[in-house]
Amino acid sequence: MSDHPDLAKLIFGRLTWEAIPLHEPILLYTFIAVALGGIAVLGAITYFRLWGYLWREWFTSIDHKKIGIMYMVLGLVMLLRGFADAIMMRLQQAVAFGDSAGYLPPHHYDQIFTAHGVIMIFFVAMPIVTGLMNYIVPLQIGARDVAFPFLNNFSFWMTTAGAVLVMMSLFVGEFARTGWLAYPPLSGIAASPDVGVDYYIWALQIAGVGTLLSGVNLLVTIIKMRAPGMKLMQMPVFTWTALCTNVLIVAAFPVLTAVLALLSLDRYLGFHVFTNELGGNAMMYVNLIWIWGHPEVYILILPMFGVFSEVVSTFSRKRLFGYTSMVYASIVITVLAYLVWLHHFFTMGSGASVNSFFGITTMIISIPTGAKIFNWLFTMYRGRITFELPMMWTVAFMVTFAIGGMTGVLLAVPPADFSLHNSLFLIAHFHNVIIGGVLFGAFAAINFWFPKAFGFKLDPFWGKCSFWLWVVGFYFAFMPLYVLGLMGVTRRLNHFEDPSLQIWFQIAAFGAVLIALGIACMLIQFVVSFRRREALRDVTGDPWGGRTLEWSTSSPPPAYNFAFTPQVHDSDAWWQMKEHGYRRPLSGFIDVHMPKNTGAGIILAGISTVLGFALIWQMWPLVVLAFVSLLATAIGHTFNYKRDFYIPATEVAAVEAARTEQLASHV
Amino acid sequence: MFIKALRGLLLPAVLLLTGCQTVLMSPSGDMALQQRDLIVISLILMLLIIVPVIALTLFFAWRYRASNKKAIYRPDWDHSTVLELLIWSAPLLIIIALGALTWVSTHKLDPFRPLERLSQGREVPADVKPLVVEVVALDWKWLFIYPEQGIATVNELAAPVDRPIQFKITASTVMNSFFIPALAGQIYAMPGMETKLHAVINKPGVYEGFSANYSGAGFSGMHFKFHGVSESEFTQWVAQAKQGSALNRDAYLRLEKPSENEPVSRFSSVAPDLYEAIVNLCVKPGTPCMHETMMKDAARAGQPAAGEHGMHDMANMEH
Repeated sequence: MSDHPDLAKLIFGRLTWEAIPLHEPILLYTFIAVALGGIAVLGAITYFRLWGYLWREWFTSIDHKKIGIMYMVLGLVMLLRGFADAIMMRLQQAVAFGDSAGYLPPHHYDQIFTAHGVIMIFFVAMPIVTGLMNYIVPLQIGARDVAFPFLNNFSFWMTTAGAVLVMMSLFVGEFARTGWLAYPPLSGIAASPDVGVDYYIWALQIAGVGTLLSGVNLLVTIIKMRAPGMKLMQMPVFTWTALCTNVLIVAAFPVLTAVLALLSLDRYLGFHVFTNELGGNAMMYVNLIWIWGHPEVYILILPMFGVFSEVVSTFSRKRLFGYTSMVYASIVITVLAYLVWLHHFFTMGSGASVNSFFGITTMIISIPTGAKIFNWLFTMYRGRITFELPMMWTVAFMVTFAIGGMTGVLLAVPPADFSLHNSLFLIAHFHNVIIGGVLFGAFAAINFWFPKAFGFKLDPFWGKCSFWLWVVGFYFAFMPLYVLGLMGVTRRLNHFEDPSLQIWFQIAAFGAVLIALGIACMLIQFVVSFRRREALRDVTGDPWGGRTLEWSTSSPPPAYNFAFTPQVHDSDAWWQMKEHGYRRPLSGFIDVHMPKNTGAGIILAGISTVLGFALIWQMWPLVVLAFVSLLATAIGHTFNYKRDFYIPATEVAAVEAARTEQLASHV
Repeated sequence: MFIKALRGLLLPAVLLLTGCQTVLMSPSGDMALQQRDLIVISLILMLLIIVPVIALTLFFAWRYRASNKKAIYRPDWDHSTVLELLIWSAPLLIIIALGALTWVSTHKLDPFRPLERLSQGREVPADVKPLVVEVVALDWKWLFIYPEQGIATVNELAAPVDRPIQFKITASTVMNSFFIPALAGQIYAMPGMETKLHAVINKPGVYEGFSANYSGAGFSGMHFKFHGVSESEFTQWVAQAKQGSALNRDAYLRLEKPSENEPVSRFSSVAPDLYEAIVNLCVKPGTPCMHETMMKDAARAGQPAAGEHGMHDMANMEH
């Protein structure tokens, strides 16, 4: 490279050997571990000759069920990365007192808290939420797939591409040191000249394309593809909350795309949209990013409200109390989600009237949310509650979320926020609602729908271990942060002077260790359940006494979901069918029209990853090459006319006959 | 009215929390004290609904467990108009109370609003002028300019007890947040803009101050001591600063360069209009000042004498 510095610079842009962090031992060992693990996985796939299977059956699949599962896998894998960041922070804050600087210098620590936030929101919570909606919504509305099956595959791979870029920043260059929302001027070119913020921008831009398209896709699916008879007010509550969430996605994500595009203009082309020179203003960025950012919170939590609604009525063996008010509560939350963004920066100097307005709108959201909690409460009332894992997570959620909601409303009182803003109290609050709401919801959902997806239940023993470790660990990890917040301790510090604070950080670190064990138990739960799958087998397709249509098909459902499109008469469609002595049709099957797999999604996303990488390192020739091939592939894909096929009636009949036999063997 | 009624209720709660010696629950300045009261009142209002909800959740979970065959089971009961009304109106009532409290307190405790009282029952005397302190968040230290006294300090702040203070706050490059928990709530420090905070310290003592908004590598070391002192001690403190060097524009430009864990330093005099120049991003000779540029832009756009108007657009910048 050194012979032709100009040529090297043209081709490699800012990338040099210095960008590989060989001098940082923590990163080096991580890299070695990841590389060895990666080689082992790839080697195993090659050894067992799984590449063809994976490519045909998963990577190119446009079956919403498989894409849903892949989203969940992505979310869980990234949860491990995001949690590794979390426990490193907890450890640093537990030891870095007085003379001890801890083991993470600011340069590294600041990347870790930024990456933790970005990964947990964009690459853990979002994939899990999207994955759940992908898997369940078409089944709940009696559809055979989503409205745009190819787009669905493409969306998934674009999300993955974003995650890949974030992971690459670990070992090639560095990640942003700005906090997870990258406020300028800190994220501007003057304060952050390195590639960190560029990794942030392009990872989110590429993943954002996926999220937006999947939002459009699910929105159209819910509006247009419901089974005959299913009026809007008869949709299962999970589908309702999915509808609200996708409305939020479609309206909010373009704002994120725009604000990040403006930030890139500032960084790449010397614009001054968000810096004071030439009349820019950083507060514009803060407003715009939170106009996306606050609805984002509801994008994550609303589907989980849906999950809890399904779980609570199934395990209380009762109809959901107040279906109508549940639906309207979701809609009210959806609308109000857009009217509260300023509460994230009361302390930026808006006037008292503006602050009061946004404080009060924020409080108003707690009314429909409170109504939801009461509705779950009265669903349990006079029920017959069985405490399977999904129900345990739901009860833990109701208690935990009530506390998190209360501290949230407290933060919405502007003068209180002046004291608590950016403090560890705030950190405790949003982990209280995101872990207590989104993650507990995700775990309830995984335990609830796993038998549907794989045909066997998850092992309850390890599930309960995981449950107790998570719940107890959560309280140990975050209650001390409420106290520290009241002691005036602010967030994102990597060193403390006052030794009296240390004990609280040590308790929090202990909580993080419990959570780590909880995650380990969850992984063990998956392995044990797989090994005991015959004992845990669900042959009925309806292991919990379910109420909605997904429980009317086999577990796992056939590729075509339903041999005949169901007819819906009630919001608890499957429950009503069972009550009226529904009989599966055993003959008269016809050919089923299905979409065909395609590799275009993964190829487009792969090229996008290269494009993102080239943009980050300013490898301009590669940027042009990647962009041109992206366009060419996209246009090329439009000439692919072999997009569908028919599952012949004989095959449908064979699959259904096998199911009939299975059901008979059970009874 | 109901605030007064609640005060009796919240006394035990306050005592419980101050027992933990947390600075937010036992502050030393009147602003922070009023914010503390607000936190406690709001919490109590919300606990009125949160405690029953949590208790009912656990009770129903236990009472209606499947093994309890004595409990009533009504699988098709899914609606009750009375209950639904209650469900929506109970949180609504709490929020109406809290919303009213929010509106009033947000205006009363607006950091931009000059103080009306020193502490409960003590009005600010008519002849007392607030102590003005100009605060600049630098990378990564705090500069405090006392225009009245003609001195400046780095990473050390002092003010006489029971004298209102007016902080004018800005930053040199990135956003920070100026926060002394014992004194008052925080407010952001942003380049090219000015925010304000009015506060008063009621008890002598040494308090922690720091940046509450992450601002880069040296952020963790960006803390300082705030001394609440008597009038005579304050005079001495000013005299001590008078023995330091001068803070002219060159010295400021040297000081402005990034540095971490900066020790306390003091300046005997401050270049005239230094703070104005910092807010308008024109300390360096030859750089145009923002307010001048804006005035020119406005003139070009044909707006008559638009100085004030232009300022108005730059959130809260006063001239």
